[in-house]
Amino acid sequence: MSAVRTRPNVIGGLLGWVWLAIIIVPIYYVVVTSIREQSSFFSENALLPPSEPTLDAYVTVLQNDFALYFMNSVIVTASTVLVVLIVCVMAAYYVVRSRTRFAKNSFALILLGIAIPLQATIIPIYYMITQLRLYDSLLALILPSIAFAIPITVLILVNFMRDIPGELFESMHMDGAGDWRMLRSLVVPLAKPAIITVAIYDGLNVWNGFLFPLVLTQSADKRVLPLSLWAYQGEFQINIPAVLAAVTLSALPIVVLYALGRRQLVSGLTAGFGK
Amino acid sequence: MVIPALAFFAVFALIPLAGVLVLSFMSWDGLGTPTWAGVDNWLRTLTSPETGNAAWLSFVVMVASWLIQAPISLLLGVFTAGHQRYRAVLAVLYFLPLVFSAAAVAIAFKSLLDPNFGLGSALGIDALAQNWLGDPQLALGVVLFVIAWSFIPFHTLLYQAGVKQIPASLYEAAMIDGASVWTRFWSITIPQLRYTIVTSSTLMLVGSLTYFDLIYVLTAGGPGNATRILPLDMYLVGFRSFDMGRASVIAVILVVVGLTLSLVLNRMSGANRMESQMEGA
Repeated sequence: MSAVRTRPNVIGGLLGWVWLAIIIVPIYYVVVTSIREQSSFFSENALLPPSEPTLDAYVTVLQNDFALYFMNSVIVTASTVLVVLIVCVMAAYYVVRSRTRFAKNSFALILLGIAIPLQATIIPIYYMITQLRLYDSLLALILPSIAFAIPITVLILVNFMRDIPGELFESMHMDGAGDWRMLRSLVVPLAKPAIITVAIYDGLNVWNGFLFPLVLTQSADKRVLPLSLWAYQGEFQINIPAVLAAVTLSALPIVVLYALGRRQLVSGLTAGFGK
Repeated sequence: MVIPALAFFAVFALIPLAGVLVLSFMSWDGLGTPTWAGVDNWLRTLTSPETGNAAWLSFVVMVASWLIQAPISLLLGVFTAGHQRYRAVLAVLYFLPLVFSAAAVAIAFKSLLDPNFGLGSALGIDALAQNWLGDPQLALGVVLFVIAWSFIPFHTLLYQAGVKQIPASLYEAAMIDGASVWTRFWSITIPQLRYTIVTSSTLMLVGSLTYFDLIYVLTAGGPGNATRILPLDMYLVGFRSFDMGRASVIAVILVVVGLTLSLVLNRMSGANRMESQMEGA
């Protein structure tokens, strides 16, 4: 494209900078406020850096079970993503390799999940979880989170695996390799970029999930991060710096992961939604 | 090997989908045993002014957020697909909202929009120091803005990916023919992006049927019922008023609207194009 553009795109550039401001101001505000003293929150200008920066708000949050909520989020996210990857890599391999009607129909059925607002199934899920006596447990969050992640994960993996040349499978088949071996030594290594992408994408969704924790858990010790932010809001009332410190802390690990895996995520989504 | 995925999907998505239809004909307070209620829930829901209002608001939010998000995402996608280094840096910052949970976004904006201590008073501009979340008209606008803030980055990503796959030769040929920037945009970029436009629009429109957490934390549907759209109405009727039957009716409506939208968009883009695209063909 750079060879094509003869003149700089002034309007595009201008709008680009305007949009940058819209994106950055709220984020800047959250960070700046989180290092403000509680007492000076009401007197200082909200957009200027604090006159006396302090980490008090962070100390308050960390003293209020933040580590516990963080661990709950880690447990729920890690186990969900792990199971999703295992079942979806297998499913995608089957859809791509098998010529059966069953494979085609299974794929079509799973894709339905993209067109349906799955959130509308929360009431029966609540019923099932209580019947299974799983209400108010981390497992209650993990099981439906797995199901909700399956459609998009299978879609992205199938789109990617279709591009693996058939000859590679044929030659492995000639060497006497079965499905499991092809999966392990051919598909997983080759599909690694797509697998990392869906891991990040699903991980992000589960990490940020709010509805399942709200409906399926109750006790404070089962709280995950997004729900804890909501609870802090009630607990800290007028301690806005502490609430925003919790917001910052909850986003920090993801920002780091995003910085590390962004390129991967972008190129993987390109393959998944491409065209 | 497709069985484990299918099983999870069936048990926690398909069976609940059937279950919600069954529950829409039952009376259940969320604790006891559901009992048969016939069409009672349906009659009560379809004649409820509150749910009618929620349906209208959902429609408004769906259309308005598409009108806001689709063009901006498209333009940003085209913009960030360019090669200059500064665009790459901008693109990294653009996608930052992707990493924040809806709860975090809602809390940040709630604080930022505070009439006394937020952005408005900081800048000393009275027009910005309004009671954004207390005024019914303004609150809906704020909800639309915050939704756009958090969802445009994802769609920008889709468009950016789409633009990058347009063959450069098309533009080169157009350049030789002396086509202007606008002509190239309208006759090459837009037509080449038609599948991306359909995919992104489908995700946007169906996605609007799931906006829950953001609005719940930001306004809880208020002031009054000014931002109480259907997904929120469903939650409040079910888990606040403990009327799971009526909440299930609303859920069924959401599913039907979602499926219909996907099918219609699918048709509009040409018979089964969407499917073949989804299959990567």
